[in-house]
Amino acid sequence: MAYFLQQLINGLTLGAIYGLIAIGYTMVYGIIGMINFAHGEIYMIGAFLAITTYLVLGGAEMASVPLGLMAMLVVSMVFTAAYGWTVERLAYRPLRGSFRLAPLISAIGMSIALQNYVQITQGARVKSIQPIIQGGFEIYSQDGFGVQLSYLQIIIWLLTVGLMIAFTYLITSTSLGRQQRACEQDRKMAALVGVNVDRTISLTFVLGATLAAVAGLITTLYYGVIDFYVGFLAGMKAFTAAVLGGIGSLPGAMLGGLMIGLIEAFWSAYFTIEYKDVATFGILVLVLIFKPTGFLGKPEVEKV
Amino acid sequence: MPDPVIRPDTPLLEVEGVRTRYGMIEALRGVDLSVHAGEIVTLIGSNGAGKTTLLNTICGEPRAHSGTVRFAGQDITRLATDRIVRLGIAHSPEGRRIFSRMTVYENLQMGALIADPAHFQDDLRQVFTLFPRLEERREQRGGTLSGGEQQMLAIGRALMSRPRLLLLDEPSLGLAPLVVRQIFAAIQEINQRQGMTVFLVEQNAFHALRLAHRAYVLVNGLVTLSGPGSELLANPEIRAAYLEGGH
Repeated sequence: MAYFLQQLINGLTLGAIYGLIAIGYTMVYGIIGMINFAHGEIYMIGAFLAITTYLVLGGAEMASVPLGLMAMLVVSMVFTAAYGWTVERLAYRPLRGSFRLAPLISAIGMSIALQNYVQITQGARVKSIQPIIQGGFEIYSQDGFGVQLSYLQIIIWLLTVGLMIAFTYLITSTSLGRQQRACEQDRKMAALVGVNVDRTISLTFVLGATLAAVAGLITTLYYGVIDFYVGFLAGMKAFTAAVLGGIGSLPGAMLGGLMIGLIEAFWSAYFTIEYKDVATFGILVLVLIFKPTGFLGKPEVEKV
Repeated sequence: MPDPVIRPDTPLLEVEGVRTRYGMIEALRGVDLSVHAGEIVTLIGSNGAGKTTLLNTICGEPRAHSGTVRFAGQDITRLATDRIVRLGIAHSPEGRRIFSRMTVYENLQMGALIADPAHFQDDLRQVFTLFPRLEERREQRGGTLSGGEQQMLAIGRALMSRPRLLLLDEPSLGLAPLVVRQIFAAIQEINQRQGMTVFLVEQNAFHALRLAHRAYVLVNGLVTLSGPGSELLANPEIRAAYLEGGH
Protein backbone atom coordinates (compact mmCIF):
# COMPACT_ATOMS: atom_id res chain seq x y z
CA MET A 1 0.00 0.00 0.00
CA ALA A 2 2.71 2.43 1.02
CA TYR A 3 4.79 1.47 -1.98
CA PHE A 4 1.80 1.98 -4.25
CA LEU A 5 1.16 5.42 -2.80
CA GLN A 6 4.76 6.42 -3.31
CA GLN A 7 4.64 5.38 -6.95
CA LEU A 8 1.41 7.28 -7.37
CA ILE A 9 3.10 10.45 -6.13
CA ASN A 10 6.11 9.91 -8.38
CA GLY A 11 3.92 9.06 -11.34
CA LEU A 12 1.81 12.18 -10.96
CA THR A 13 4.94 14.33 -10.88
CA LEU A 14 6.30 12.68 -14.00
CA GLY A 15 2.86 13.01 -15.58
CA ALA A 16 2.88 16.75 -14.97
CA ILE A 17 6.04 17.05 -17.07
CA TYR A 18 4.62 14.95 -19.92
CA GLY A 19 1.30 16.77 -19.79
CA LEU A 20 2.93 20.18 -20.11
CA ILE A 21 4.94 19.06 -23.13
CA ALA A 22 2.01 17.21 -24.69
CA ILE A 23 -0.10 20.39 -24.86
CA GLY A 24 2.42 21.83 -27.32
CA TYR A 25 2.07 18.83 -29.63
CA THR A 26 -1.68 18.76 -29.48
CA MET A 27 -2.16 22.51 -30.08
CA VAL A 28 0.15 22.62 -33.06
CA TYR A 29 -1.50 19.54 -34.48
CA GLY A 30 -4.90 21.11 -33.92
CA ILE A 31 -4.12 24.29 -35.78
CA ILE A 32 -1.90 23.22 -38.69
CA GLY A 33 -2.30 19.45 -38.70
CA MET A 34 1.39 18.64 -38.33
CA ILE A 35 3.41 16.87 -35.65
CA ASN A 36 6.06 19.28 -34.49
CA PHE A 37 8.90 16.83 -33.95
CA ALA A 38 11.18 19.65 -32.81
CA HIS A 39 8.97 20.24 -29.76
CA GLY A 40 10.98 17.84 -27.59
CA GLU A 41 14.05 19.95 -28.37
CA ILE A 42 12.18 23.09 -27.38
CA TYR A 43 11.59 21.45 -24.01
CA MET A 44 15.28 20.54 -23.78
CA ILE A 45 16.23 24.15 -24.53
CA GLY A 46 13.86 25.26 -21.77
CA ALA A 47 15.75 23.02 -19.36
CA PHE A 48 19.11 24.41 -20.50
CA LEU A 49 17.88 27.98 -20.14
CA ALA A 50 16.77 27.20 -16.60
CA ILE A 51 20.21 25.80 -15.74
CA THR A 52 21.95 28.74 -17.40
CA THR A 53 19.91 31.18 -15.37
CA TYR A 54 20.72 29.17 -12.25
CA LEU A 55 24.45 29.43 -12.96
CA VAL A 56 24.27 33.13 -13.81
CA LEU A 57 22.54 33.76 -10.50
CA GLY A 58 25.46 32.20 -8.67
CA GLY A 59 24.43 28.55 -8.56
CA ALA A 60 23.94 27.09 -5.12
CA GLU A 61 25.01 30.42 -3.58
CA MET A 62 22.13 32.39 -5.12
CA ALA A 63 20.95 35.20 -2.86
CA SER A 64 17.32 34.25 -2.53
CA VAL A 65 15.89 30.88 -3.50
CA PRO A 66 12.29 31.97 -4.22
CA LEU A 67 13.43 34.92 -6.32
CA GLY A 68 16.01 32.74 -8.04
CA LEU A 69 13.36 30.16 -8.93
CA MET A 70 11.08 32.88 -10.21
CA ALA A 71 13.89 34.23 -12.38
CA MET A 72 14.62 30.74 -13.74
CA LEU A 73 10.95 30.30 -14.57
CA VAL A 74 10.53 33.66 -16.29
CA VAL A 75 13.80 33.62 -18.23
CA SER A 76 13.23 30.07 -19.38
CA MET A 77 9.65 30.77 -20.46
CA VAL A 78 10.47 33.95 -22.35
CA PHE A 79 13.51 32.70 -24.22
CA THR A 80 12.03 29.28 -24.98
CA ALA A 81 8.97 31.04 -26.38
CA ALA A 82 11.33 32.98 -28.65
CA TYR A 83 12.82 29.68 -29.84
CA GLY A 84 9.37 28.26 -30.50
CA TRP A 85 8.39 31.34 -32.49
CA THR A 86 11.61 31.24 -34.51
CA VAL A 87 11.29 27.54 -35.34
CA GLU A 88 7.83 28.12 -36.80
CA ARG A 89 9.01 31.17 -38.73
CA LEU A 90 12.08 29.49 -40.20
CA ALA A 91 11.09 25.90 -40.69
CA TYR A 92 7.30 25.70 -41.07
CA ARG A 93 5.79 28.92 -42.33
CA PRO A 94 7.71 28.94 -45.64
CA LEU A 95 6.35 25.44 -46.27
CA ARG A 96 2.70 26.26 -45.63
CA GLY A 97 0.63 25.21 -48.61
CA SER A 98 3.34 22.78 -49.64
CA PHE A 99 2.75 19.03 -49.71
CA ARG A 100 1.78 17.46 -46.40
CA LEU A 101 5.03 15.71 -45.62
CA ALA A 102 7.22 18.78 -46.18
CA PRO A 103 6.77 20.41 -42.76
CA LEU A 104 7.14 17.02 -41.09
CA ILE A 105 10.51 16.45 -42.72
CA SER A 106 11.45 20.01 -41.88
CA ALA A 107 10.48 19.35 -38.23
CA ILE A 108 12.76 16.33 -38.02
CA GLY A 109 15.55 18.42 -39.53
CA MET A 110 14.89 21.17 -37.03
CA SER A 111 14.99 18.65 -34.19
CA ILE A 112 18.42 17.38 -35.27
CA ALA A 113 19.69 20.92 -35.83
CA LEU A 114 18.61 22.08 -32.36
CA GLN A 115 20.14 19.04 -30.67
CA ASN A 116 23.46 19.64 -32.39
CA TYR A 117 23.30 23.35 -31.70
CA VAL A 118 22.98 22.71 -27.97
CA GLN A 119 25.60 19.96 -28.08
CA ILE A 120 28.10 22.32 -29.71
CA THR A 121 27.38 25.37 -27.60
CA GLN A 122 26.84 23.63 -24.25
CA GLY A 123 28.98 20.54 -24.61
CA ALA A 124 27.95 16.92 -24.82
CA ARG A 125 28.40 16.12 -21.15
CA VAL A 126 25.54 16.13 -18.70
CA LYS A 127 24.86 19.30 -16.77
CA SER A 128 23.83 19.00 -13.19
CA ILE A 129 22.72 21.24 -10.38
CA GLN A 130 22.49 20.68 -6.68
CA PRO A 131 18.99 20.31 -5.30
CA ILE A 132 17.59 23.78 -4.68
CA ILE A 133 14.49 22.78 -2.76
CA GLN A 134 14.97 20.08 -0.19
CA GLY A 135 12.86 18.42 2.40
CA GLY A 136 9.33 17.19 2.52
CA PHE A 137 6.88 15.21 4.59
CA GLU A 138 6.52 11.61 5.39
CA ILE A 139 2.79 11.32 4.83
CA TYR A 140 2.30 7.66 5.60
CA SER A 141 4.35 4.82 6.96
CA GLN A 142 3.90 1.08 6.86
CA ASP A 143 6.28 -1.75 7.75
CA GLY A 144 9.21 0.62 7.92
CA PHE A 145 8.51 2.07 4.45
CA GLY A 146 7.77 5.80 4.62
CA VAL A 147 5.89 7.51 1.81
CA GLN A 148 7.71 10.73 0.94
CA LEU A 149 6.05 13.78 -0.49
CA SER A 150 8.68 16.42 -1.10
CA TYR A 151 8.13 20.17 -1.09
CA LEU A 152 9.41 20.17 -4.64
CA GLN A 153 6.69 17.76 -5.73
CA ILE A 154 4.05 19.96 -4.13
CA ILE A 155 5.47 23.00 -5.92
CA ILE A 156 5.48 21.09 -9.21
CA TRP A 157 1.84 20.07 -8.79
CA LEU A 158 0.71 23.54 -7.81
CA LEU A 159 2.62 25.11 -10.69
CA THR A 160 1.22 22.61 -13.18
CA VAL A 161 -2.36 22.85 -11.97
CA GLY A 162 -2.14 26.65 -11.89
CA LEU A 163 -0.80 26.77 -15.43
CA MET A 164 -3.42 24.36 -16.71
CA ILE A 165 -6.21 26.47 -15.19
CA ALA A 166 -4.78 29.69 -16.61
CA PHE A 167 -4.27 28.04 -19.95
CA THR A 168 -7.78 26.56 -20.08
CA TYR A 169 -9.18 29.98 -19.25
CA LEU A 170 -7.12 31.56 -22.03
CA ILE A 171 -8.37 29.09 -24.63
CA THR A 172 -12.04 28.88 -23.63
CA SER A 173 -12.86 32.39 -22.44
CA THR A 174 -10.70 35.03 -24.08
CA SER A 175 -10.79 36.57 -27.54
CA LEU A 176 -7.28 35.26 -28.18
CA GLY A 177 -8.41 31.73 -27.34
CA ARG A 178 -11.47 32.05 -29.56
CA GLN A 179 -9.28 33.18 -32.44
CA GLN A 180 -7.03 30.21 -31.80
CA ARG A 181 -9.99 27.80 -31.85
CA ALA A 182 -11.45 29.48 -34.92
CA CYS A 183 -8.20 28.86 -36.82
CA GLU A 184 -8.26 25.28 -35.61
CA GLN A 185 -11.77 24.70 -36.96
CA ASP A 186 -11.65 26.65 -40.22
CA ARG A 187 -8.63 28.74 -41.09
CA LYS A 188 -10.21 30.26 -44.18
CA MET A 189 -13.31 31.38 -42.32
CA ALA A 190 -11.16 32.71 -39.48
CA ALA A 191 -9.40 34.97 -41.97
CA LEU A 192 -12.81 36.05 -43.30
CA VAL A 193 -13.87 37.36 -39.89
CA GLY A 194 -10.59 39.25 -39.63
CA VAL A 195 -8.33 36.89 -37.69
CA ASN A 196 -4.67 37.26 -38.57
CA VAL A 197 -4.08 33.56 -39.14
CA ASP A 198 -0.29 33.67 -39.37
CA ARG A 199 -0.06 35.57 -36.10
CA THR A 200 -2.39 33.10 -34.41
CA ILE A 201 -0.29 30.15 -35.57
CA SER A 202 2.81 31.89 -34.23
CA LEU A 203 1.02 32.41 -30.94
CA THR A 204 0.23 28.71 -30.77
CA PHE A 205 3.90 27.85 -31.07
CA VAL A 206 4.78 30.46 -28.45
CA LEU A 207 2.22 29.09 -25.98
CA GLY A 208 3.32 25.50 -26.55
CA ALA A 209 6.97 26.47 -26.07
CA THR A 210 6.17 28.38 -22.88
CA LEU A 211 4.58 25.32 -21.30
CA ALA A 212 7.44 23.12 -22.53
CA ALA A 213 9.84 25.55 -20.85
CA VAL A 214 8.08 25.02 -17.54
CA ALA A 215 8.41 21.27 -18.06
CA GLY A 216 12.11 21.83 -18.75
CA LEU A 217 12.52 23.81 -15.55
CA ILE A 218 10.70 21.12 -13.56
CA THR A 219 12.96 18.44 -15.02
CA THR A 220 16.01 20.45 -14.06
CA LEU A 221 14.82 20.91 -10.50
CA TYR A 222 13.44 17.40 -10.06
CA TYR A 223 16.21 15.32 -11.57
CA GLY A 224 19.06 17.81 -11.35
CA VAL A 225 20.65 16.35 -14.47
CA ILE A 226 20.11 17.16 -18.14
CA ASP A 227 21.93 16.83 -21.42
CA PHE A 228 21.33 17.82 -25.02
CA TYR A 229 19.55 14.55 -25.71
CA VAL A 230 16.78 14.69 -23.05
CA GLY A 231 14.34 16.23 -25.50
CA PHE A 232 14.15 13.21 -27.75
CA LEU A 233 12.73 10.61 -25.39
CA ALA A 234 10.65 13.04 -23.35
CA GLY A 235 9.29 14.49 -26.58
CA MET A 236 8.36 11.07 -27.89
CA LYS A 237 6.60 10.18 -24.67
CA ALA A 238 4.75 13.47 -24.54
CA PHE A 239 3.70 12.87 -28.13
CA THR A 240 2.46 9.44 -27.05
CA ALA A 241 0.56 11.17 -24.27
CA ALA A 242 -1.05 13.54 -26.76
CA VAL A 243 -2.12 10.62 -28.96
CA LEU A 244 -3.36 8.65 -25.97
CA GLY A 245 -5.55 11.54 -24.83
CA GLY A 246 -6.70 12.27 -28.36
CA ILE A 247 -4.51 14.48 -30.49
CA GLY A 248 -6.00 17.94 -30.93
CA SER A 249 -7.72 17.83 -27.54
CA LEU A 250 -6.30 19.96 -24.72
CA PRO A 251 -7.86 18.08 -21.77
CA GLY A 252 -6.77 14.95 -23.62
CA ALA A 253 -3.14 16.05 -23.58
CA MET A 254 -3.27 16.71 -19.84
CA LEU A 255 -4.97 13.39 -19.18
CA GLY A 256 -2.63 11.51 -21.51
CA GLY A 257 0.39 13.06 -19.80
CA LEU A 258 -0.78 11.90 -16.39
CA MET A 259 -1.52 8.43 -17.71
CA ILE A 260 1.91 8.03 -19.29
CA GLY A 261 3.56 9.28 -16.10
CA LEU A 262 1.61 6.79 -13.98
CA ILE A 263 2.18 3.89 -16.37
CA GLU A 264 5.89 4.56 -16.33
CA ALA A 265 6.09 4.89 -12.55
CA PHE A 266 4.08 1.73 -11.88
CA TRP A 267 5.81 -0.31 -14.54
CA SER A 268 9.18 0.65 -13.10
CA ALA A 269 7.98 -0.24 -9.62
CA TYR A 270 6.32 -3.58 -10.25
CA PHE A 271 8.03 -4.86 -13.39
CA THR A 272 11.44 -4.16 -14.84
CA ILE A 273 12.63 -0.59 -15.01
CA GLU A 274 14.65 -1.37 -18.16
CA TYR A 275 11.46 -2.01 -20.09
CA LYS A 276 9.49 1.06 -19.00
CA ASP A 277 9.89 2.72 -22.39
CA VAL A 278 8.75 -0.45 -24.10
CA ALA A 279 5.63 -0.36 -21.94
CA THR A 280 4.94 3.27 -22.83
CA PHE A 281 5.36 2.83 -26.55
CA GLY A 282 3.55 -0.52 -26.45
CA ILE A 283 0.58 1.41 -25.17
CA LEU A 284 0.91 3.87 -28.04
CA VAL A 285 0.68 0.95 -30.45
CA LEU A 286 -2.37 -0.47 -28.69
CA VAL A 287 -4.13 2.90 -28.66
CA LEU A 288 -3.42 3.44 -32.34
CA ILE A 289 -4.86 0.02 -33.15
CA PHE A 290 -7.97 0.03 -30.96
CA LYS A 291 -8.83 3.68 -30.40
CA PRO A 292 -7.02 5.83 -32.96
CA THR A 293 -8.85 8.99 -31.85
CA GLY A 294 -7.57 8.59 -28.29
CA PHE A 295 -9.61 8.88 -25.11
CA LEU A 296 -10.90 12.43 -25.51
CA GLY A 297 -10.29 12.91 -29.22
CA LYS A 298 -13.09 14.11 -31.41
CA PRO A 299 -14.21 12.01 -34.32
CA GLU A 300 -13.36 13.55 -37.67
CA VAL A 301 -16.93 13.71 -38.96
CA GLU A 302 -19.32 16.44 -37.88
CA LYS A 303 -22.84 17.27 -38.95
CA VAL A 304 -22.60 19.59 -41.90
CA MET B 1 -40.65 46.54 -55.42
CA PRO B 2 -37.29 48.02 -54.36
CA ASP B 3 -37.01 51.76 -54.20
CA PRO B 4 -34.88 53.56 -56.76
CA VAL B 5 -31.39 54.22 -55.43
CA ILE B 6 -29.48 57.44 -55.26
CA ARG B 7 -25.97 56.76 -56.49
CA PRO B 8 -22.94 58.66 -55.35
CA ASP B 9 -20.20 58.90 -57.97
CA THR B 10 -17.80 56.29 -56.65
CA PRO B 11 -19.22 52.80 -56.34
CA LEU B 12 -18.58 51.09 -53.01
CA LEU B 13 -17.26 48.03 -54.80
CA GLU B 14 -15.69 48.10 -58.23
CA VAL B 15 -14.51 45.01 -60.04
CA GLU B 16 -12.55 45.76 -63.20
CA GLY B 17 -11.28 43.24 -65.72
CA VAL B 18 -10.73 40.63 -63.02
CA ARG B 19 -9.24 37.33 -64.10
CA THR B 20 -8.70 34.47 -61.65
CA ARG B 21 -7.13 31.11 -62.34
CA TYR B 22 -7.03 27.77 -60.64
CA GLY B 23 -3.87 26.29 -62.06
CA MET B 24 -4.38 26.29 -65.82
CA ILE B 25 -8.12 26.83 -65.67
CA GLU B 26 -9.31 30.38 -65.90
CA ALA B 27 -12.43 30.66 -63.74
CA LEU B 28 -12.95 34.40 -64.25
CA ARG B 29 -12.12 35.83 -67.67
CA GLY B 30 -12.30 39.57 -67.19
CA VAL B 31 -15.26 40.42 -64.97
CA ASP B 32 -16.47 44.02 -64.66
CA LEU B 33 -19.15 45.03 -62.24
CA SER B 34 -19.91 47.55 -59.53
CA VAL B 35 -21.99 47.84 -56.40
CA HIS B 36 -23.13 51.23 -55.10
CA ALA B 37 -23.80 52.11 -51.50
CA GLY B 38 -27.31 51.18 -50.39
CA GLU B 39 -27.96 48.74 -53.25
CA ILE B 40 -28.77 45.09 -53.35
CA VAL B 41 -26.94 43.76 -56.37
CA THR B 42 -27.28 40.17 -57.37
CA LEU B 43 -25.13 37.96 -59.52
CA ILE B 44 -26.86 34.96 -61.02
CA GLY B 45 -25.39 32.14 -63.02
CA SER B 46 -25.38 28.40 -63.24
CA ASN B 47 -23.14 26.01 -61.37
CA GLY B 48 -19.48 26.53 -62.24
CA ALA B 49 -19.99 29.94 -63.82
CA GLY B 50 -17.50 31.48 -61.39
CA LYS B 51 -19.84 33.17 -58.90
CA THR B 52 -18.16 31.86 -55.78
CA THR B 53 -14.75 32.47 -57.29
CA LEU B 54 -15.66 36.11 -57.79
CA LEU B 55 -16.68 36.56 -54.14
CA ASN B 56 -13.56 34.78 -52.97
CA THR B 57 -11.41 36.93 -55.25
CA ILE B 58 -12.96 40.06 -53.77
CA CYS B 59 -11.85 38.74 -50.36
CA GLY B 60 -8.33 38.10 -51.61
CA GLU B 61 -8.25 34.29 -51.67
CA PRO B 62 -7.55 33.30 -54.43
CA ARG B 63 -5.99 36.50 -55.74
CA ALA B 64 -6.89 37.93 -59.13
CA HIS B 65 -3.97 37.47 -61.49
CA SER B 66 -5.01 40.55 -63.41
CA GLY B 67 -7.55 43.32 -63.09
CA THR B 68 -8.43 45.35 -60.01
CA VAL B 69 -10.86 45.20 -57.13
CA ARG B 70 -11.54 48.54 -55.47
CA PHE B 71 -13.44 49.07 -52.25
CA ALA B 72 -14.53 52.62 -51.45
CA GLY B 73 -11.98 53.82 -53.98
CA GLN B 74 -9.09 51.87 -52.47
CA ASP B 75 -7.30 49.16 -54.45
CA ILE B 76 -7.66 45.94 -52.42
CA THR B 77 -6.59 43.46 -55.10
CA ARG B 78 -3.31 42.55 -53.38
CA LEU B 79 -4.32 42.84 -49.72
CA ALA B 80 -4.47 39.87 -47.34
CA THR B 81 -7.92 38.55 -46.49
CA ASP B 82 -7.96 39.79 -42.89
CA ARG B 83 -6.91 43.28 -44.03
CA ILE B 84 -9.68 43.40 -46.65
CA VAL B 85 -12.24 42.30 -44.09
CA ARG B 86 -11.10 44.99 -41.68
CA LEU B 87 -11.90 47.64 -44.29
CA GLY B 88 -15.57 46.76 -43.95
CA ILE B 89 -16.42 43.78 -46.14
CA ALA B 90 -18.21 40.86 -44.48
CA HIS B 91 -18.56 37.56 -46.28
CA SER B 92 -21.11 34.85 -45.60
CA PRO B 93 -19.38 32.21 -47.69
CA GLU B 94 -20.40 29.17 -49.68
CA GLY B 95 -21.32 26.32 -47.36
CA ARG B 96 -21.88 28.82 -44.49
CA ARG B 97 -18.70 27.73 -42.69
CA ILE B 98 -20.05 28.03 -39.19
CA PHE B 99 -17.43 27.35 -36.50
CA SER B 100 -19.07 24.04 -35.70
CA ARG B 101 -17.50 23.41 -32.29
CA MET B 102 -18.30 26.89 -31.03
CA THR B 103 -21.64 27.96 -29.63
CA VAL B 104 -23.94 30.31 -31.51
CA TYR B 105 -22.91 33.08 -29.14
CA GLU B 106 -19.20 32.41 -29.71
CA ASN B 107 -19.75 32.42 -33.46
CA LEU B 108 -21.31 35.85 -33.14
CA GLN B 109 -18.42 36.97 -30.94
CA MET B 110 -16.06 35.85 -33.71
CA GLY B 111 -18.06 37.93 -36.16
CA ALA B 112 -17.63 40.96 -33.90
CA LEU B 113 -13.87 40.48 -33.69
CA ILE B 114 -13.03 43.55 -35.76
CA ALA B 115 -15.92 45.71 -34.52
CA ASP B 116 -15.76 48.23 -31.70
CA PRO B 117 -16.66 46.26 -28.52
CA ALA B 118 -18.83 49.18 -27.40
CA HIS B 119 -21.41 48.23 -30.04
CA PHE B 120 -21.45 44.54 -29.21
CA GLN B 121 -24.63 44.43 -27.13
CA ASP B 122 -26.60 46.60 -29.59
CA ASP B 123 -25.47 44.55 -32.56
CA LEU B 124 -26.28 41.32 -30.78
CA ARG B 125 -29.77 42.60 -30.05
CA GLN B 126 -30.26 43.50 -33.70
CA VAL B 127 -29.16 40.09 -34.90
CA PHE B 128 -31.44 38.38 -32.38
CA THR B 129 -34.35 40.58 -33.45
CA LEU B 130 -33.71 39.69 -37.08
CA PHE B 131 -33.35 35.97 -36.31
CA PRO B 132 -35.10 35.09 -33.03
CA ARG B 133 -34.16 31.44 -33.58
CA LEU B 134 -30.54 32.30 -32.89
CA GLU B 135 -31.40 33.67 -29.47
CA GLU B 136 -33.19 30.42 -28.61
CA ARG B 137 -30.14 28.46 -29.72
CA ARG B 138 -27.64 30.83 -28.14
CA GLU B 139 -25.63 28.25 -26.16
CA GLN B 140 -25.94 25.45 -28.71
CA ARG B 141 -22.96 24.38 -30.77
CA GLY B 142 -22.94 25.65 -34.34
CA GLY B 143 -22.50 22.16 -35.78
CA THR B 144 -25.78 20.98 -34.28
CA LEU B 145 -27.95 23.65 -35.93
CA SER B 146 -30.22 22.93 -38.89
CA GLY B 147 -29.23 24.22 -42.30
CA GLY B 148 -31.55 27.21 -42.08
CA GLU B 149 -30.33 28.14 -38.62
CA GLN B 150 -26.74 27.84 -39.80
CA GLN B 151 -27.52 30.22 -42.64
CA MET B 152 -29.07 32.68 -40.20
CA LEU B 153 -25.98 32.39 -38.04
CA ALA B 154 -23.68 32.93 -41.02
CA ILE B 155 -25.53 36.13 -41.92
CA GLY B 156 -25.71 37.20 -38.27
CA ARG B 157 -22.00 36.61 -37.84
CA ALA B 158 -21.28 38.71 -40.91
CA LEU B 159 -23.48 41.54 -39.60
CA MET B 160 -21.71 41.56 -36.23
CA SER B 161 -18.63 43.08 -37.85
CA ARG B 162 -20.69 46.19 -38.82
CA PRO B 163 -19.69 45.91 -42.46
CA ARG B 164 -20.23 48.50 -45.17
CA LEU B 165 -20.67 45.74 -47.72
CA LEU B 166 -22.24 42.34 -47.13
CA LEU B 167 -21.32 39.49 -49.47
CA LEU B 168 -23.71 36.55 -49.50
CA ASP B 169 -22.89 33.34 -51.32
CA GLU B 170 -25.99 31.29 -52.15
CA PRO B 171 -27.85 31.77 -48.88
CA SER B 172 -30.79 29.71 -50.19
CA LEU B 173 -28.77 26.61 -51.08
CA GLY B 174 -30.26 23.40 -49.73
CA LEU B 175 -32.97 25.12 -47.67
CA ALA B 176 -36.71 24.46 -47.58
CA PRO B 177 -38.81 27.00 -49.54
CA LEU B 178 -40.29 28.48 -46.38
CA VAL B 179 -36.86 29.05 -44.86
CA VAL B 180 -35.62 30.51 -48.14
CA ARG B 181 -38.42 33.06 -47.99
CA GLN B 182 -37.45 33.96 -44.40
CA ILE B 183 -33.83 34.42 -45.34
CA PHE B 184 -34.64 36.64 -48.31
CA ALA B 185 -37.05 38.68 -46.21
CA ALA B 186 -34.24 39.20 -43.70
CA ILE B 187 -31.84 40.32 -46.43
CA GLN B 188 -34.38 42.84 -47.64
CA GLU B 189 -34.92 44.08 -44.11
CA ILE B 190 -31.20 44.54 -43.51
CA ASN B 191 -31.00 46.56 -46.68
CA GLN B 192 -34.04 48.75 -46.03
CA ARG B 193 -33.72 49.28 -42.27
CA GLN B 194 -29.96 49.59 -41.92
CA GLY B 195 -29.18 50.76 -45.44
CA MET B 196 -26.79 47.83 -45.79
CA THR B 197 -25.20 47.34 -49.19
CA VAL B 198 -25.59 43.73 -50.28
CA PHE B 199 -23.89 41.79 -53.04
CA LEU B 200 -25.79 38.55 -53.40
CA VAL B 201 -24.74 35.56 -55.43
CA GLU B 202 -27.51 33.10 -56.23
CA GLN B 203 -28.57 30.18 -58.31
CA ASN B 204 -32.10 30.75 -57.10
CA ALA B 205 -32.60 33.46 -59.72
CA PHE B 206 -36.29 34.09 -59.12
CA HIS B 207 -35.98 35.23 -55.49
CA ALA B 208 -32.69 37.00 -56.05
CA LEU B 209 -33.93 39.04 -59.01
CA ARG B 210 -37.11 40.06 -57.23
CA LEU B 211 -35.05 41.38 -54.35
CA ALA B 212 -32.26 43.07 -56.29
CA HIS B 213 -32.04 46.65 -57.46
CA ARG B 214 -29.64 45.57 -60.15
CA ALA B 215 -28.38 42.24 -61.39
CA TYR B 216 -25.61 40.69 -63.43
CA VAL B 217 -25.57 37.36 -65.22
CA LEU B 218 -22.32 35.42 -65.17
CA VAL B 219 -21.68 32.77 -67.82
CA ASN B 220 -18.38 30.87 -67.98
CA GLY B 221 -16.45 33.54 -66.13
CA LEU B 222 -17.83 36.50 -68.10
CA VAL B 223 -20.65 38.94 -67.40
CA THR B 224 -23.07 38.54 -70.30
CA LEU B 225 -26.03 40.63 -69.18
CA SER B 226 -26.83 43.29 -66.65
CA GLY B 227 -29.71 45.52 -65.71
CA PRO B 228 -32.34 46.24 -63.08
CA GLY B 229 -33.58 43.12 -61.32
CA SER B 230 -37.13 43.49 -62.59
CA GLU B 231 -35.93 43.86 -66.18
CA LEU B 232 -33.89 40.69 -66.05
CA LEU B 233 -36.76 38.91 -64.43
CA ALA B 234 -38.87 39.74 -67.49
CA ASN B 235 -36.14 38.88 -70.00
CA PRO B 236 -37.17 35.77 -71.99
CA GLU B 237 -33.58 34.50 -72.26
CA ILE B 238 -33.15 34.66 -68.50
CA ARG B 239 -36.51 33.04 -67.97
CA ALA B 240 -35.55 30.18 -70.26
CA ALA B 241 -32.08 29.68 -68.82
CA TYR B 242 -32.56 30.27 -65.09
CA LEU B 243 -36.21 30.44 -64.17
CA GLU B 244 -38.16 27.78 -65.99
CA GLY B 245 -38.65 24.68 -63.99
CA GLY B 246 -39.57 26.35 -60.79
CA HIS B 247 -38.31 28.52 -58.04
